[in-house]
Amino acid sequence: MHFVVCAKQIPDPETPPSAFKIDESKNEVVPAPGISPVLSQFDAIAAEAALRIKEASGDAKITVVSLGQESAQAAIKQVLAMGADEGLLLDDPAFLGGDSYATARTLAAAVEKLGDVDAVFCGRQAADWDMGQVGLGVATLLGWPAAIIAKDVQIADGQMTAQRVMPDGFETVQMPLPAVVTVSNELGDPRYPKLQQIMQAARKTVTKWGAADLDLDPSTVGAAGSRLKLERLFIPQVSGEVELIEGDTAQEQAAGLVAKLREAKIL
Amino acid sequence: MARNVLVVGELDGGEVDSTTAELLAAGSRVADGGSVSVTLLGSQAGAAAASAFAAGAQRAFVGADGAYDEFRPDQWTQAVSASVEQSSAEVVLMAQSSVGRDLGPRLAFGLDSAVAMDCIAVADDGGTLTVTRPCYGGNANATYSFATSPAIATVRAKSQDPLPPQAGASGETVELPAAGESRSTIAGRELAVAEGLQLQEAPIVVSGGRGLGGPEGFEMMEEFAATIGRDKAAVGASRAACDLGWYPVSQQVGLTGKVVTPDLYVAIAISGASQHMAGCSGSKTIIAVNRDPDANIFNASRWGIVGDYKDVVPALIEALKE
Repeated sequence: MHFVVCAKQIPDPETPPSAFKIDESKNEVVPAPGISPVLSQFDAIAAEAALRIKEASGDAKITVVSLGQESAQAAIKQVLAMGADEGLLLDDPAFLGGDSYATARTLAAAVEKLGDVDAVFCGRQAADWDMGQVGLGVATLLGWPAAIIAKDVQIADGQMTAQRVMPDGFETVQMPLPAVVTVSNELGDPRYPKLQQIMQAARKTVTKWGAADLDLDPSTVGAAGSRLKLERLFIPQVSGEVELIEGDTAQEQAAGLVAKLREAKIL
Repeated sequence: MARNVLVVGELDGGEVDSTTAELLAAGSRVADGGSVSVTLLGSQAGAAAASAFAAGAQRAFVGADGAYDEFRPDQWTQAVSASVEQSSAEVVLMAQSSVGRDLGPRLAFGLDSAVAMDCIAVADDGGTLTVTRPCYGGNANATYSFATSPAIATVRAKSQDPLPPQAGASGETVELPAAGESRSTIAGRELAVAEGLQLQEAPIVVSGGRGLGGPEGFEMMEEFAATIGRDKAAVGASRAACDLGWYPVSQQVGLTGKVVTPDLYVAIAISGASQHMAGCSGSKTIIAVNRDPDANIFNASRWGIVGDYKDVVPALIEALKE
């Protein structure tokens, strides 16, 4: 079997809000000084889901694919170190500035070119734009079935079985391969690579494909092919000033807070 | 500029749910004289049409096949695509629910257009439809316009105000065909919800975070909620606390959990990471207890206590009993 894991490099979502800055003239996030970009955590969990199946079945190859610039090699190498077999970087000036549509179109073309893919694993959403639609976009463009927000994924007998996180519990869905699944944090923590794996991954060659390799017309990808036009990116205003309730003891503070809440008729 | 709008409804028994009513209000606003239609799917869809008309719909596309009662993405996508075509919809709105998260992208890519997910504003900006949505875990908001039609948006619950209900309003009903093929099958379901008052319906939510230090901290949260009243307060948790296994996933508040909008949100030992705030920032009043006076949660709070929750919460419980 051949699995593809989609991996995206993003600004570290643990960046403290005070260090988060936007250049409103360019509608861009200003990289926080001294904070390196990271592999989107949900993508690491998607890799974990694929690796668990590979280990259980014994005969699967995992290709990690990232759409990004040279710096996205770090995200690819991280998934290689976790245990993926091959890396593929989709890097072309034509790919820059794409929306979810352009991204899904490029990834779907790569999956098609790989040719023998049985399943694609994505994170439930990238922790930068938080859209949560690229996995379903890849599935729809390829004509494959898909399940989203899974906390468990099994593959056997040509079927994918995914346990979806629902508002009131879990739902188990089955679909024939090839299929796409997006994975949520409820699956569990992704593994930490061992030092030896990190060193091996560093030596692996990552294949690079551009628009021409994928037979993609540059006007259909990247910023040119995007359908959502970003008009404005801004930091929302937070409401009012907090009033900290003082007191010599926790009892005094608690009594003060309860009095405020009763006065405002909230309690 | 007049636009035809289609809202994908979701049912609560024999009526449209409250989010559908909010979407119909937003849809009526941006239709600006264009038509406002709703798609209703499920065995109760015919009965629910009246409530959709009362909430602002002029026409209902009704698929009363019982196969629609459970959300199977292929069947719903087909039915909604057919409604988009028949209503010549230029704008499609649906909830950012488990249905909308799944349906929105499938519909957009299937119709060769685009969707913006989890929007909190839908506006007519000088003749151009724009949507605004939080991103970067809630640190930023992004406003988009659409280069393709229809413009599709999933909209966050409680972000829009419903219209005053028009009792007795009527409209046209158009029948949709029976459900088509589904490539996926639902093999099972497991309910995992807290008993009693549900998180999203509670007027008061008491949430605990990683700073509680362990699952036993949540016993104190439950005692706190019970002191306020079991019919008023429910207990929530941050993603960090759920991922550590301290509290059930069904009670997770945040971007990837539940979005709650209670009258009072009590954040105990929660730092206030943006992805958590995305789930509670719509609360009327937020209060916080945290050891760190610089914790981000205080930036969003009306009142706060700087201190160890192990001292403060028992004191709050005692003060409430007085």
